Amino acid sequence: MSKRIEVTDLNCYYGTFKAVEDVTMTIQPRSVTAFIGPSGCGKSTFLRTLNRMHEVIPGAHVEGDVLLDGHNLYGNGVDPVNVRRQVGMVFQRPNPFPTMSIKDNVLAGYRLNAQRMKAREADELLERSLRGANLWEEVKNRLDRPGSGLSGGQQQRLCIARAIAMQPEVLLMDEPCSALDPISTLAVEDLVQELKETYTIVIVTHNMQQAARVSDETAFFNIAGTGAPGKLVEMGPTEKIFSTPDVQATEDYITGRFG
Amino acid sequence: MATVTQSTQEVTPSPSPERPGGPGRPLRRLGDRVFSGLSTGSGVAILVILAAVAGFLLMQAFPALTTSPEVLQAQGYGPFLSWILPFAWGTVWASFWALLMAVPVSIGIALFISHYAPRRLAAGLGYVIDLLAAVPSVVFGLWGSIVLAPAVQPLYLWLNTYLGWIPFFAGQPSGTGRTLLTAAIVLAVMILPIITSLSREVFLQTPMLHEEAALALGATRWEMITMAVLPFARAGIISAVMLGLGRALGETMAVAMVLSGAAVVHFQILTSQNPNTIAAVIAQNFPEAYGLKTNQLIAGGLVLFVITLLVNAGARLIISRYKEFSGAN
Repeated sequence: MSKRIEVTDLNCYYGTFKAVEDVTMTIQPRSVTAFIGPSGCGKSTFLRTLNRMHEVIPGAHVEGDVLLDGHNLYGNGVDPVNVRRQVGMVFQRPNPFPTMSIKDNVLAGYRLNAQRMKAREADELLERSLRGANLWEEVKNRLDRPGSGLSGGQQQRLCIARAIAMQPEVLLMDEPCSALDPISTLAVEDLVQELKETYTIVIVTHNMQQAARVSDETAFFNIAGTGAPGKLVEMGPTEKIFSTPDVQATEDYITGRFG
Repeated sequence: MATVTQSTQEVTPSPSPERPGGPGRPLRRLGDRVFSGLSTGSGVAILVILAAVAGFLLMQAFPALTTSPEVLQAQGYGPFLSWILPFAWGTVWASFWALLMAVPVSIGIALFISHYAPRRLAAGLGYVIDLLAAVPSVVFGLWGSIVLAPAVQPLYLWLNTYLGWIPFFAGQPSGTGRTLLTAAIVLAVMILPIITSLSREVFLQTPMLHEEAALALGATRWEMITMAVLPFARAGIISAVMLGLGRALGETMAVAMVLSGAAVVHFQILTSQNPNTIAAVIAQNFPEAYGLKTNQLIAGGLVLFVITLLVNAGARLIISRYKEFSGAN
């Protein structure tokens, strides 16, 4: 179920503006990879290229290859819709569909496949996904209530449940805890540790302690200045990045000596 | 609303006993008082106007509703209910067909502008649609009777020949094309801009967050629209349709110029015998009316008023049923 991602010479553009330059990296399956770096360094932009969400913005495009177990996501005739069904995504702000119940939110992605699902199968998938997101016990008595009635942390776990209900190969998380309080953050971090048994997880975070706590590998992105493209500075095992990084800029960033 | 309390103006934060105006009573600035007076006044004014209109209709309609059928018969009018029924039916029936045609097209155009068209084309198209709203209804009426009616008449023959087994298309089709369906088409064109503009505004309000949520689950663009955009816009679409319907129900000139209406009640929309609408009947008869006839026409206006009220109440009911899932909480 979980797959390796190999990125070679990837450039991301917004129109003519180059936002990310020359990224080459390998993301291991069944592990957590964290992207850290200052605001505007392109880490979220780069993350969104891994499920072809980058090109949703008008004018945005990509050069280079992203291989998911050897299959190029940007190859000829590859439908971005199919890519997104394999590579799930959790956003910075919790975004359950406000017009849907908790149950419908979890099953939303699955129903897109337009398969007729038996009620029993749907209920199983619902419970499995919500348990997978550590949310089942909290919502099992109000599955038909609107998802927007939950707390922020619960909404974010609902979004995670919605993403894993699709049984994706990879789960991308774009600063999933930045809108959450510390207790909800802990709940999501614990969940990430459980999910990496099954999925390849890539997480963007501004919180370096969080990167240190949850990830196996860390990639540090940086920009030379305003208007310059973001670059991958260094990538390696999290322990090494946070103790003896190879590049001075990485050390400056993680120790808080900046600029 | 910003209200400044006494305690914030004083240096001491604790409430002092000698403060004027009594304990806990907020001091209100002049600007606040003026603005609150103005806005409250406007709110009250609309209620007063509505009450005045309703009062006028009720008072003037009273004689027509209470005069005994014998007296009416003697003056050659017949009972009120049997007089108004065909016109009420014509009003509702023509508006129904107008909505049936206008709503899907409007929502389609609005979605095209908000989610499909390139930005420059979308702006131009939006402008043209708004321009359509500025065309006077007399012009639509002329166009409907002179251009549209002869143009669609062959289509009516075709509908009658091949789909005549459907009750709407049955009967002897009109030779001129000036039928209820033609009036409905004109009405549809007239209400198209308002439904389109309002729907487009609501579609554009859909949070990017929800659209991206749908796309990230592997939704195609159309699936994204059905998952995120349309449910979010439901209340707005209903409001837009109600405004359009309000215009269709009350439209006078366009219908009066296209239809040579009669007092009939039937479902057929292609024949030369068509029920007139209330608004058109009032406009056509009012100049020569006097005495009880005037009261009768005003009573007709009252019926139109009630129909509009009922339709709007129904729409509110539908919107409030989905309140919990509207995303407003």
